[in-house]
Amino acid sequence: MRPILMKGHERPLTFLKYNRDGDLLFSCAKDHTPTVWYADNGDRLGTYRGHNGAVWSCDVSRHSTRLITGSADQTAKLWDVKTGKELFTFRFDAPARSVDLAIGDHLAVITTDSFMGNMPTAQVKRIAEDLQEQTEESALVISGITGRINRAVWGPGNRTIITAGEDATIRIWDSETGKLLKESDKEVGHQKAISSLSKSLDWSHFLTGSLDKSAKLWDARTLTLIKTYVTERPVNAVDISPTLDHVVIGGGQDAMNVTMTDRRAGKFEAKFFHKILEEEIGGVKGHFGPINALAFNPDGRSFSSGGEDGYVRLHHFDPEYFNIKMLQLRDLPSTPERT
Amino acid sequence: SDDEDLLQNEDIPELEMGFANIIVVDNLPVVPPEKYEKLENVLRKIYGQLGVIREGGLWMPTDPETKKTQGYCFIEFNTPQEAEFAMEKTRGYKLDKSHIFAVNMFDDFEKYMKVPDEWAPAEIKPYTPGENLLKWLTDDKARDQFVIRAGTFTEVYWNDARRAMPELVYQKQYWTDSYIQWSPLGTHLATVHRQGAQVWGGDDKFVRLMRFLHPQLKLIDFSPGEKYLITYSSHEPSNPIDTHRVVLNIFDVRTGKVMREFKGSADDFTTGGNMGVSGVSWPIFRWGGGRDDKYFARLGKNVISVYDTETFALIDKKSLKVENVVDFSWSPTDPIISLFVPELGGGNQPARMSLVQIPGKEEIRQKNLFSVSDCKMYWQNNGEYLAVQVDRYTKTKKSIYTGFELFRIKERDIPIEVFELDNKNDKIIAFAWEPKGHRFAVIHGDGPKPDISFYTMKAVNNNVSRVSKLTTLKGKQANALFWSPAGRFIVLAGMRGFNGQLEFFNVDELETMATGEHFMATDIMWDPTGRYLATAVTSVHEMENGFQIWSFNGKQIYKVLKDQFYQFQWRPRPPSLLTPEKEEDISKNLKRYSKKYEQEDQDVHHLLDEEERKRRTRLQEVWEAWVAKWKQLHEDEGAFRMQLRGGEDSDKEEEAEYKEIEAEELVDVTEETVAFDLDQE
Repeated sequence: MRPILMKGHERPLTFLKYNRDGDLLFSCAKDHTPTVWYADNGDRLGTYRGHNGAVWSCDVSRHSTRLITGSADQTAKLWDVKTGKELFTFRFDAPARSVDLAIGDHLAVITTDSFMGNMPTAQVKRIAEDLQEQTEESALVISGITGRINRAVWGPGNRTIITAGEDATIRIWDSETGKLLKESDKEVGHQKAISSLSKSLDWSHFLTGSLDKSAKLWDARTLTLIKTYVTERPVNAVDISPTLDHVVIGGGQDAMNVTMTDRRAGKFEAKFFHKILEEEIGGVKGHFGPINALAFNPDGRSFSSGGEDGYVRLHHFDPEYFNIKMLQLRDLPSTPERT
Repeated sequence: SDDEDLLQNEDIPELEMGFANIIVVDNLPVVPPEKYEKLENVLRKIYGQLGVIREGGLWMPTDPETKKTQGYCFIEFNTPQEAEFAMEKTRGYKLDKSHIFAVNMFDDFEKYMKVPDEWAPAEIKPYTPGENLLKWLTDDKARDQFVIRAGTFTEVYWNDARRAMPELVYQKQYWTDSYIQWSPLGTHLATVHRQGAQVWGGDDKFVRLMRFLHPQLKLIDFSPGEKYLITYSSHEPSNPIDTHRVVLNIFDVRTGKVMREFKGSADDFTTGGNMGVSGVSWPIFRWGGGRDDKYFARLGKNVISVYDTETFALIDKKSLKVENVVDFSWSPTDPIISLFVPELGGGNQPARMSLVQIPGKEEIRQKNLFSVSDCKMYWQNNGEYLAVQVDRYTKTKKSIYTGFELFRIKERDIPIEVFELDNKNDKIIAFAWEPKGHRFAVIHGDGPKPDISFYTMKAVNNNVSRVSKLTTLKGKQANALFWSPAGRFIVLAGMRGFNGQLEFFNVDELETMATGEHFMATDIMWDPTGRYLATAVTSVHEMENGFQIWSFNGKQIYKVLKDQFYQFQWRPRPPSLLTPEKEEDISKNLKRYSKKYEQEDQDVHHLLDEEERKRRTRLQEVWEAWVAKWKQLHEDEGAFRMQLRGGEDSDKEEEAEYKEIEAEELVDVTEETVAFDLDQE
């Protein structure tokens, strides 16, 4: 597959998000400037200037009109996608991290880190159609979690909010009352911090990636563990293919934490697994540092990865990718390299 | 746990009670109070040199009536080791003609007083049949076992290459306190603990066969025939400027009896070799004479001390004197020692290589070597050849060139052939004999990608065997050689800087069979039959710990990831019971034997396919059940979602309509007056 290199960020990538139509790709990085690109050829469209700190995540509304971003500068901002204009700022007492828009785009859940004595929270804000009516008021604040919350997303039908983070536990909360409804089983759940979480198209199941070198697939309503995928490196980013039974997992150790340098230049891989069989189908190499962000295009025909090296790599799948037949019989397992 | 059993059942010197570091010195002169101080000073002078006497640790009791001393005293040291040392050194010490010290450990008194006056005959325990220690060799699929240590677990597996997976035999958590080791013929698995060593074996349950008591045990070593086990510990002295004290025990493996013990300061045991763990080069005692376990020897200052296992004493009651000896090694099969003495007196006395026959200690071959800077000895594993790598300074002393002295041990008069590489200035990176064969491989060169050359000892030239080159492979990413234990095949490996490159090379055909890679591999080991190769990444690295199994021709069979991976060891096999003639017969008739096994392989293959197919169908069915459930729920909630979106029925995955719209945009309008020359046509 031909990879397109997109160099626009000067610092490591943190998050990637496609819009619903699949023609735009939004990237967030530690360099304060979220960027939007054409998803087809990787051309850069523009940047959203206004944040003063690393941007950790973003979400885009259904009709690609509004963008919301969460940043370490203790704000979450609303932007006009087309013009790049900053529409509104939500201010917090701590760095904001994860943002997710609810079905209908009238609500957003934003998480904050622990800071100066404040505990991490997940806060629900109303998003008004008319900017005049927009307020900073929180409709709901969920607290009581001790570890940093790395991702908070809406569950099916906006009825629940799902959080996952440093304490390796996934929690489901009632989105109206803020009451804790379910917690993931400690025995079968992740053993180390959960770094990433990605929902399926119909919100029925989601995939979590953890520093314990595995990714796990869960039922979003009952929080039952369905599948586990084992890799050799701590996992920083995951995504579920919208069209095929594949998942992609990427990671690698943060440069600061590695005591020996990995001399395999360009060999950090995004690994593809068969969702049902939990077997590795192949990998895509190319990044010069750990992979921090992954996203499938909603049409399932391409995907992009963002790395510690500041690059975004866009890959359109070869025809053979769509013909992988795992459920038919093959010779004794071997891992074909698909680059 | 087993460790607790060990503490309760054995007579361990009671280190916790505090009396083990006290000695009783008897036969002292009886002196009046005036002479008391003088006698005390004499005692302090003697014993202060042997160890540190504790504060207030010298007590000479006096008779309350006569006020004279009673003729004995108690001396307390800081450690039991010092006390024992002092006792040994001063027992029989002549203070003067009529006062010869009798020294005992304080605890001994209690021990001897407990001996009953009546002799009771020993109880005869009923006979319990032992374990079948060789059970693993009877596997009908002819698989080999290996042991791994990961995290807190130690696990033994069958290498089932047919099914491309390891099959668990036995596992135990906290089986060992530090490391594990197979005995050289594979019969026992030894574990190392604080109180000593244990060996386990038998069939699949790995029962404990014997315990060997040795407090603070650090290292163990088996004799090649598995008859004996040497254990080593090093103890901190109470006086920090003193060197460590070292204790070595030689146990009979079957009975657990201590055959001999060695005690001394670490200085006595650190001559020669590289400083290894605990500042000592292990193993300290090297076994000789092949699998009969007849002799063991160690290097000392200007001596090689050779002991035999009949008496566990020095042969002829004295060590072999060799001035300035730096290193020695045994032939793997015969009782012959090769030793090296470096150059002395700035070149006046040349360096010397010598072969000594044990037990007679005759020098059967020797050679003087000139201008030597370093020397390494490599024995071929059948004891047929010895290669001595000699690094020499050039006349200007600025660079080093290397030559080899090749000894043909089994030929009459042990001929020596001098041999140099094509470019003798090349640095030698690795050298290895073919096991059971007549060839050797050398990695040499100065650049980032060295060359690898293969030679044979059996090229005949005018009725005389000569060494001759088979081939040189140029520019390889390799720095280590791993011959298959059966010979004929070799893996050229690039470790450390080359990050785990593997090349599987056929030395008969002199061609590469396959290449592979195990990124960051730290250990490469052949199985004892030479059929499979294991490569492993141990916890030296933080990530990608685990091991891989390859076939001898480079096909990757399976891979296992295990975090915190410490050790991988194949279980060794005892030598084949077949005679050489029978082995040849089987080689010739291989087709007949292989037919039977091929059929078996086919059957297993089909079974596997069937199992795999069933498994995948099952997974698919379970998944589809989930999907159906989700679909139902999703549809049920469809109306709710529409409401959230303000009436928009946007669930439908309708294809977006792409219309091409031509948009005309007026960019700019300019008016330009053009001069029109009417004269031009």
